Formats: sequence, structure tokens, C-alpha cells
Amino acid sequence: MEKLVIAGREFSSRLFLGTGKFNSNELMAKAIEASGTEMVTVAMKRVELEDKEDDLLAHVARPGIQLLPNTSGVRNAEEAVFAAQMAREAFGTNWLKLEIHPDPRYLLPDSTETLKATEELVKLGFVVLPYCQADPTLCKHLEEAGAATVMPLGAPIGTNKGLQTRDFLRIIIEQANVPVVVDAGIGAPSHAAEAMEMGASACLVNTAIAVAGDPVAMAAAFKQAVEAGRMAYEAGLGLQAASMVAEASSPLTAFLNE
Amino acid sequence: MKIWVNSKEVETAAVSLASLVEELSLPTQGIAVAVENRMVPRTQWEACALSEGMRVVVVKAACGG
Repeated sequence: MEKLVIAGREFSSRLFLGTGKFNSNELMAKAIEASGTEMVTVAMKRVELEDKEDDLLAHVARPGIQLLPNTSGVRNAEEAVFAAQMAREAFGTNWLKLEIHPDPRYLLPDSTETLKATEELVKLGFVVLPYCQADPTLCKHLEEAGAATVMPLGAPIGTNKGLQTRDFLRIIIEQANVPVVVDAGIGAPSHAAEAMEMGASACLVNTAIAVAGDPVAMAAAFKQAVEAGRMAYEAGLGLQAASMVAEASSPLTAFLNE
Repeated sequence: MKIWVNSKEVETAAVSLASLVEELSLPTQGIAVAVENRMVPRTQWEACALSEGMRVVVVKAACGG
């Protein structure tokens, strides 16, 4: 498999993992291990002064894993820049999953603010991976603004509905000069494989793994699906026939007859 | 004096951000601190003077996708 390169850094794994919704940090750490991921997202929260809880970073930070802090909770570009600066300071990385979704019901990204924030954050030296609408025009604008990838959604966050935006994802992939990471909506390994077969550079998965009956086994299943999808893409898929008329793959010469 | 830390009122003797972090037994790694909505890099905690009523925000890693 070809390596994935983002902002000059090479990744062997094309599966990115989110850390939300796991029942425990121990389970999450095992799922990270089983997924083979080299890119893991984290959010930020306010420190509780009395509460000395377990340090999440101890379960996530491993050699070979790129931490990808997100800006979840911000409502506009100004708040995103503030959150980005806090993340860079807290985690010691300039990599950032930019997500601006002011509407808590559908968590759909605000395209105008996302583009504005990308422009500003790139100037401030961040490696910006914006979560965005599956809008080919917007993705070109984000690329021109210096985004390191584009991360269009397959379906609303956490819905597990798969690639509802597949036609637009195809256009985005065809036009992109930066890696396209399908983020949000991937609910099953088959969805991830489909995205990879289409030529997506990577998939970001969280809910589908975290809420599975066995998250560790599901992480391993996603690892294989992403690899299989990518290998199929690189191997070159056969074209789909326009009609339903069968094309034989075995010789139909009648050896049973005279 | 009284200041606000993560929207909670805190009585403190700390005159600098560095001494506040120590007083509250906050970890020095894995957190970021903002004073009056501006991030203060840890290299400037010592030089960052606190005064009555200031709003301090301290964040750390949380689970998220």
C-alpha cells in the first residue's frame, strides 16, 4: 500500500480514530492498538479543580501516533483560533482537526466560518485538517487556503448511515490535490471500504467502533476494511457494466455436448 | 484576592499565573491556560501577573472524535 503523506509526515495506516464514547479509557487504548491507527483525535475540556481524574493522554499518546486535537464546541472562526492556540499549547502539536458546528442538533459544519478559520490558522502555522460539508467547491477553497487535507462528511456525525454524500465525495476526490479523509457517518467496515475504493485517502471513525458490542474487534475489522478498500483502489477496480446482461468469466463452450 | 478559574470563584494568594498553577496543584503538562480569553504560553506563566477579578480558563484533553 502506498503511504499516506500529510504535511510531509508519512502514515502507514489510513484509519484515523476518534476517542469519544468509549466505555473506558482502557478499552479505548486497546481499540487504538487493534486499529493500527497512527492518528488519534482528542477534544478539550475545562479542568475540574477538585476532581483528579485519570489523564486521557496517558492512554492515547504513544510513539508513532499523531495526536489530532479538535476544536469541538467552538461556534465561529474566532473561537476556533482561540481553541487551536489552547490545543497547541496543551498537546505540543500544531496539527488540528478544525470543526466548527454551531448547531448542536445536526452538528453540521459551518462552511463560511470553517474557510475563514482555515485561512487564519494556516497563517499562524497550524496543520489544518478541516471537517467540512461534502461540497466540492468548498473543498477547493479550503485547499487553496492551505488546508493539509479536506475531511468531508459521509453523513451527520454519529449516525452510522454511511456514504450518503457519495456522489459529491467522488467529485471532491477527483478534484483534490490534498488527501481527502472521509469523516463522520461511517458506520460499518463496508462503508469505510467503499470510501477507500472510491479513492479516499483515509477514513476517520469513532462512533462505529466505540459503541460496537466489542470495540476492539470492530477496530480490527475497520483496519482490514480500510486496507482492503485501499488495495482495491490501487489495484484498479473493474468497470461496472452499464446493463444487467451477464458477461461470462468462464468459457461457455459446451464440453458436455457433441 | 478573588479570581475566577473555570467560572468558579477562587480565593488565592498567587500573584503570578505560575504560582496559581502551583497553588491549585495543576499538572504543568497537558494543559493550556488562558487569562482574559488569551492563551498564555507556559514560558510566560511566571511573568503573567494576576489581579482581582481576573478570569482564568484551564483546559486539558478530553475524549472526542
